[in-house]
Amino acid sequence: MDSAPVGSDMAAVSQATITAEIAQAACAYAAGGAAEPRTRLDYPSYRSSVLRHPTKDLHHADPEMLELSAPVFGERDVAPVEADLTIQHGGDPIGERIVVAGRVTDGEGRPVPRQLVEIWQANAAGRYIHQRDQHPAPIDPNFTGVGRALTDEEGNYRFLTIKPGPYPWRNHQNAWRPAHIHFSLFGTDFTQRLITQMYFRGDPLFELDPIFNSTVDPKVRELMVADYDHNLTQPEFATGYRWDIVLTGHVRTPFEEEQ
Amino acid sequence: MIRTPTPGQTVGPFFGYALPFEADSQLVPVGHPDAIRLHGTVFDGHGDPVSDALLEVWQLDPDGAAVRQQGSLHRDGYTFTGWGRASTDATGHYAFTTLWPGAEPGKAAFFAITVFARGLLDRLLTRAYIPGDEAALAADPLLSSLPADRRSGLVATPDLEGFRFDVHLQGDRETVFLRYPGDG
Repeated sequence: MDSAPVGSDMAAVSQATITAEIAQAACAYAAGGAAEPRTRLDYPSYRSSVLRHPTKDLHHADPEMLELSAPVFGERDVAPVEADLTIQHGGDPIGERIVVAGRVTDGEGRPVPRQLVEIWQANAAGRYIHQRDQHPAPIDPNFTGVGRALTDEEGNYRFLTIKPGPYPWRNHQNAWRPAHIHFSLFGTDFTQRLITQMYFRGDPLFELDPIFNSTVDPKVRELMVADYDHNLTQPEFATGYRWDIVLTGHVRTPFEEEQ
Repeated sequence: MIRTPTPGQTVGPFFGYALPFEADSQLVPVGHPDAIRLHGTVFDGHGDPVSDALLEVWQLDPDGAAVRQQGSLHRDGYTFTGWGRASTDATGHYAFTTLWPGAEPGKAAFFAITVFARGLLDRLLTRAYIPGDEAALAADPLLSSLPADRRSGLVATPDLEGFRFDVHLQGDRETVFLRYPGDG
């Protein structure tokens, strides 16, 4: 029995219908030929995407000089403490303290050094500090859920935060998002810009979620899942999760080809 | 070795407390003597405005050089970083205050634009070309690869303060969104 509060804009579609749609799309993809390494823009099980996806194919463009560069961020932009989401208020936030760390590289494995990483997330109860979030779960006065960091010379980033909870949304009846952290990344080229979501291994909501499954290739989907890493766990303090991020391959300049 | 890129996911509905920052859309302060406005509306497939989109702009400086200046997130009012971020308002409208973008010699000037929105599963990239230099526009490899009706949507419209550039996510006037080599 669905017990979620029924909002006026609540879609009448059941989870069973959405789950069947997801399975059907997965079957069609498995049976089809062409690999889809990118997330599908036209994925109607995510109802909000229906009127917001382009219907024409993306048009090929060769990058101009502008697009072979990217904005520069540095110490003027980001203070080191912004990577710690647990010290932004007067007290300790509620929930499971976690380290999330990894390395940002391009498609050829080269690190993306000194570049901006932004994250935002729900609190341990699955509530965002956002006026549009109507989920009746508690706000944590000691947790905002926003962080920033610069990658180091080897492309490494590291955040200290609280493990986010899953939360309900109104895509369909009794819809719940798997726990996730939103990540925003820049590369060395404008064209490498990425906003994505990091998930946690083993989340029981994976197969129910149209957003996670809009990345239809199961191996590519795996790239969004962070793994528990005991080497990142700090004794008596925080558990650790490792998540490496690969940006699209930046286009080599003739100069680099000669190296 | 080529690695598969991490796929994108929607920016979702709740970025509004996280990604915007003070003066994010003001690459130069409003009132700067050389300030121009780049603005427009984001529309969905019904022609309705999209009030929860986020746009980013990246451009050359007025001399046509790539900018290598930090400081976008804490603007000092003097340093031009070439990059900005603007949320759409309740009417789907966004606006940047910036400088006229330069171009490489003989090439067409344009703003590189990134579009994010709730309901948009991955970011979209496009270009807003500066009208006027007809020779450069005619010689542009991207514009000349497009039929006339699609090409016009990539050229910004001059207005009193600068340029208007509307984004149509879907529909008859759908904006041309771009795929670059290496995008996967």
